[in-house]
Amino acid sequence: MNPGIYQALYIISAASFILALKWMSAPATSRRAVISGEIGMLLAIVATLLRQEVISYEWIAAGLIVGSAIGVPLAMLMPMTHVPQRTAISQACGALASALIGTAEYFRQLPHGFTMGALVLETLLGFLTFTASLMAFGKLQELLPSRPITFRGQNFFNLGILVIAVALGGSLVFHPENTIIFSIFVLLALVFGVLMIIPIGGADMPTVIALLNSYAGLSACAMGFALDNKLLIIAGALDGSSGLILSIIMCRAMNRSFTNVLFGGFGQLQAAVAGQEAKPVRSASPDEAAAILGDARSVVIIPGYGMAVAQAQHKIRELHDILIKRGVDVKFAIHPVAGRMPGHMNVLLAEADVPYDKLIEMEDINGEMAMTDVALVVGANDIVNPAALNDPTSPIAGMPILDAYKSRTIMVIKRGMSPGFAGIDNELYYMDKTLMLFGDAKSFVAGIVKELSSNH
Amino acid sequence: MNYEFGVYVFVLAAFLGFELIRKVSPLLHTPLMSLTNAIASISVVGAILVSGEKDASTLSRVLGFIAVVAATTNLVSGFLITDRMLKMFKKREPAKK
Repeated sequence: MNPGIYQALYIISAASFILALKWMSAPATSRRAVISGEIGMLLAIVATLLRQEVISYEWIAAGLIVGSAIGVPLAMLMPMTHVPQRTAISQACGALASALIGTAEYFRQLPHGFTMGALVLETLLGFLTFTASLMAFGKLQELLPSRPITFRGQNFFNLGILVIAVALGGSLVFHPENTIIFSIFVLLALVFGVLMIIPIGGADMPTVIALLNSYAGLSACAMGFALDNKLLIIAGALDGSSGLILSIIMCRAMNRSFTNVLFGGFGQLQAAVAGQEAKPVRSASPDEAAAILGDARSVVIIPGYGMAVAQAQHKIRELHDILIKRGVDVKFAIHPVAGRMPGHMNVLLAEADVPYDKLIEMEDINGEMAMTDVALVVGANDIVNPAALNDPTSPIAGMPILDAYKSRTIMVIKRGMSPGFAGIDNELYYMDKTLMLFGDAKSFVAGIVKELSSNH
Repeated sequence: MNYEFGVYVFVLAAFLGFELIRKVSPLLHTPLMSLTNAIASISVVGAILVSGEKDASTLSRVLGFIAVVAATTNLVSGFLITDRMLKMFKKREPAKK
């Protein structure tokens, strides 16, 4: 077939991807974005199948069918609370594909110079993103312990592995025929992916998932250079910059640098805090909480990862409805790093049919907190911890928080008094105007809803 | 091959990506990640090229086949779940009767 035709299709495909990202900017056009992305992908696949280099179709057809058979249930059966896990496993698949193509290309042509450099980058990023995403999946799915695991000299060790891998990759650029070096290089990339995620804890997952997204894109991009394919370069660069910008936003929302997230080891303070003696807190029953909420004029609900774990989003929506019916002004305050991936809380609340204009970003809601009657914190901890503002020695010092402490009454739904993910005690719980609501978020909110609906 | 041209394309696409993504509301960050994750499965193009070649070695065939499966999984599940999520984002619903 005339190469002009597939090139033209590739250009339309690239334009569709760009339009997809453009339309993604607002909810009103976002579904069009998906369609545009799908058209782009379809054109890319059709154009590639039409290329004269592609002779045998059996394996491709089989691969497309098997991949779809895995992909459809993965997308349709996953509960919305598991979206971070799905993203991680999907990322692992994409990165694996990219890495294996790099490997196949390497053994096919043993290229020198620029092409080999691109292949080295592609396989390095591909394989390390593959194992790192699998590890992230394991941690999110709680198949692996989700707390950070650190050991002495960890950063030095990890960096050492990466430096050796890069050095081997560099030597391959000049002496590609040494396939043993290539195998060691691949092995080191795989190992580095695992080591990279071991010290990462749940609170850092949003940043890391976004970063891995970026790596997967850059790997596809490097493949574009190796195969001299502009479509791959464009799509990969779009994905690479998207992941990077999201991880920068996440870092900023925690007042931490990249290096700190990747090499910081957030969990080391746990032991130091555990020894503290228990301070008194005020607690309340669902009935008492219902009475206070029913009398309030304005309520701000602050969800965190605990809401996702307890699957409490639907009950919270019921609470929202019943309070609205009573004339209470109800809003949701969303911290950028609440949950386990960027925007996690928004998706869960949207799933529960909370209208999205009720989901307010941190900068916009903080000004209103002082005028708010009740701040209801559901399964969130560090993102409302005033220590971030008051205590310069705190590990979360400087992290922007939702100013729940400013509201007239604070209610915190929590399983128990254990410190949050970062292992930092939260002085919000000990304030005079704070009520602790101990219990499972879902059943506790159900209790409040029941009480509110029975007496009015 | 003209690498220089490729680098131009990369730089321009990356800048365009930065500008477009910056405008995305934080409300949609999760679907955005799913969408870009699905777009990254463009590596399926490479996978097709590798496994469809005329005299591909067995190694190429096997690696290519696994790559097609993996990329397709990423692609299909990525697009489907993005749409599933976006379907849920609604403005205030009309008053119930």
